[in-house]
Amino acid sequence: MPLVRSGKIVEDRFLRVADGEPVPERGPVIVSAERFLADADEFAQREDAVGVIWPNSRNVSELEPHLANLALIALVFPVYKDGRAYSQARVLRERFGFRGELRATGQVLRDQFLFLMRAGFDAFEVAKPADATAFEEAARRYSVFFQPTGDGRVTVARVRTSRDARPVSVRSERVSA
Amino acid sequence: MYLYDDFDRTLLAERVAEFRGQVGRRLTGELNEDEFKSLRLMNGVYLQLHAYMLRIAIPYGTLASDQMRKLAHVARRYDRGYGHFTTRQNIQFNWIKLAELPDAMADLADSRLHGMQTSGNCVRNITTDQWAGVAPDEIEDPRIWAELLRQHLTLHPEFSFLPRKFKIAVSAASHDRAALAIHDLSVRLYRNGAGEVGFEVGVGGGLGRTPFLTKIIKPFLAKRDLLSYVEAVLRLYNQYGRRDNIYKARIKILVHELGAEKFGREVDAEWQSIKDGALALDPAVIAEIAARFRYPDYERLEDSPPALAAARKADARFATWVDNAVSNHKMPGYAIVTLSLKPVGKPPGDCMADQMDAIADIADRHSFSEIRVGHEQNLVLPHVRQGDLPEVFRALDAIGVATPNVGLVSDIIACPGLDYCSLANARAIPVAQEISKRFRDLDVARGLGRLHINISGCINACGHHHVGHIGILGVEKNGEEFYQITIGGRADEKAQLGTLIGPAVPYDDVPDVVEDIAQAYLELRQQSDELFIDTIERVGVEPFKERVYATR
Amino acid sequence: MTSPLQQKLKISGSSVVTANRLADGAVVYRTAEGTWTTDIDSAAVVSSAEAATSLLTAAKADGVQAVDVYVAPVKLKDGRILPANLREAIRLRGPTIELPITFGI
Repeated sequence: MPLVRSGKIVEDRFLRVADGEPVPERGPVIVSAERFLADADEFAQREDAVGVIWPNSRNVSELEPHLANLALIALVFPVYKDGRAYSQARVLRERFGFRGELRATGQVLRDQFLFLMRAGFDAFEVAKPADATAFEEAARRYSVFFQPTGDGRVTVARVRTSRDARPVSVRSERVSA
Repeated sequence: MYLYDDFDRTLLAERVAEFRGQVGRRLTGELNEDEFKSLRLMNGVYLQLHAYMLRIAIPYGTLASDQMRKLAHVARRYDRGYGHFTTRQNIQFNWIKLAELPDAMADLADSRLHGMQTSGNCVRNITTDQWAGVAPDEIEDPRIWAELLRQHLTLHPEFSFLPRKFKIAVSAASHDRAALAIHDLSVRLYRNGAGEVGFEVGVGGGLGRTPFLTKIIKPFLAKRDLLSYVEAVLRLYNQYGRRDNIYKARIKILVHELGAEKFGREVDAEWQSIKDGALALDPAVIAEIAARFRYPDYERLEDSPPALAAARKADARFATWVDNAVSNHKMPGYAIVTLSLKPVGKPPGDCMADQMDAIADIADRHSFSEIRVGHEQNLVLPHVRQGDLPEVFRALDAIGVATPNVGLVSDIIACPGLDYCSLANARAIPVAQEISKRFRDLDVARGLGRLHINISGCINACGHHHVGHIGILGVEKNGEEFYQITIGGRADEKAQLGTLIGPAVPYDDVPDVVEDIAQAYLELRQQSDELFIDTIERVGVEPFKERVYATR
Repeated sequence: MTSPLQQKLKISGSSVVTANRLADGAVVYRTAEGTWTTDIDSAAVVSSAEAATSLLTAAKADGVQAVDVYVAPVKLKDGRILPANLREAIRLRGPTIELPITFGI
């Protein structure tokens, strides 16, 4: 499954460690939520990067005390139609100020890329290689954004009401009168 | 009208390009049906019994004449020459081909029309009073708020994959013409005791298998807080709405399971942490949107011009139509005209391409090029000079949209039912046709007064049968169509769910049952101006039940 | 959710496998040759659960030509294949109401 980061297909430097498997001494790892919370103090001491895979049914506020010790949080889309992780991502980024890698895993299709980026994801485990290749195109699909989110894109409302903004042409279309 | 700018146009063009790519990937098999289904639904594309159906949004029910002509063009070019106006200020085309859909959408986008978010588990077309901006009883134009919500919730990155669909209605009038209480979220603009104008917010309404009316969770919300509050509601719903069972996934179930009070407290807690952030509405933003709604340059006129009285006297059909289909306008000398899409014996809400073009022409001549679409599946010309009414009547009558049955027993709301829809268990349109034929004598219909019949072909309740004065629900028993009858429902400011009166009756009996109920009402009412719904409120459903089942 | 293929298929009497054509949504039936046809009389008719399952499985494997594939009951009369319920009759013949303009499918 290709990993896309900063718009490019990259190698995944994190090792996903299953519950019950030993955590290697060195190297970046991703562990389950249960394992991470059970050994949070131990993981806090670890020199190399630690990531956690967090289910979409669990409140991310449980992670708040540990965010400084986390290099990565992987949020899950069991199917792409299950959108709970979008809310989790925005809360992690915009409320808790998480600055590490926020990774989308599960059924991730190109049709979600822009939504994911806007919600704060910056890494994508993409289900289909062709979607990974099409990342740049999909990420530029839209140029118009209505919602202010943590990604900082300028909203339409802000441009429309800003004095310095480029003038908005209202085409002479059929209007009453 | 709402004036589009480059941003709106660019967004639509980008959406069409995206959908074209998705259709291409589907046709080559790069996307499987399971992956494609949600994507097409979010563009208003369903697969029905015989073909694909395209649902196009008519935001807050306001349509310009050039947009109506574009709908006629799509009906002719890509469909079979007609469209169907729905109960949610949308229009549906029933015979469209998947491979041609991107072209149809591109044509629509040229006229600022689209199918975005008319289906799928996202925030749907935001509906409002079809008389918005012209109703004498409104305190402000609700479309400004519907438009602010529409923009904010268009391609919202967090709320495009909700547990289930999410419907919002906005109203600002004392009379509820937007059926607020049956929506997932209701926003009612009103003036509170302190003289401030704000919103009363309700959640958890919806029909279907488990019908509920909205519960008020915010008695008064300041204008600046509308977006942040709605964001808080949706965030809770997105995270905690049930996803394990499609029949329990609407917000009404979450609200019911948590209790409205607890749900309201949870919303408040979430809202507190975002209300003073980027979503707090800047008055400049509100003003900017308000300025995009352009109102006609009305003439200074007097109410009831002499020509109108003379025309009434000269033509009894005209007088009948005026009494039925013409309503008061907030500007003196103007009128609101309802176009009945319920001619006797025809499918409710259907409109032919030629009729669409003719209505667009009439709107250009007599209604400042503006048309409205209401949830009762009728159209409206919102700004007609009272002096023009005789000419408007002749023009509407010539194209078959001047049946004087607005609000009467034959003004039936019906879903497409088993004739089109793959979810339906029974037909709805032919039932409506038979009932309207039974009451084709307009003197009889007028004698019954205001009486709303709503018909759904399955429990999903697209025909809103629970809130019909008489509700008719099609079910299937051993391969035969049967119909459950409820009475006493209503969708206005006194909304309530109807009561089932007894066992389901076979297809052929439905018109007889309706006639029995109508007859019982005529015998039970205290005076001729006691409405059907008021008689039920006074005497209950028992006498009707007895009447209907006495001989069955 | 259990896939329909994993459920034990129960059929009573004669059945066909039907679907909608992907490109235009038209109602189609599976033939014995493994193709799709709009002509119900050319459909493969099965009368056992095993035969229905195998016809359905093969039909579902083709996810590009047709979608929403399922088994529908039919009646056989005078050498013709007739839909056995109202829904299937409407799928075959179109809405029961008079349409404003009628075109051939």
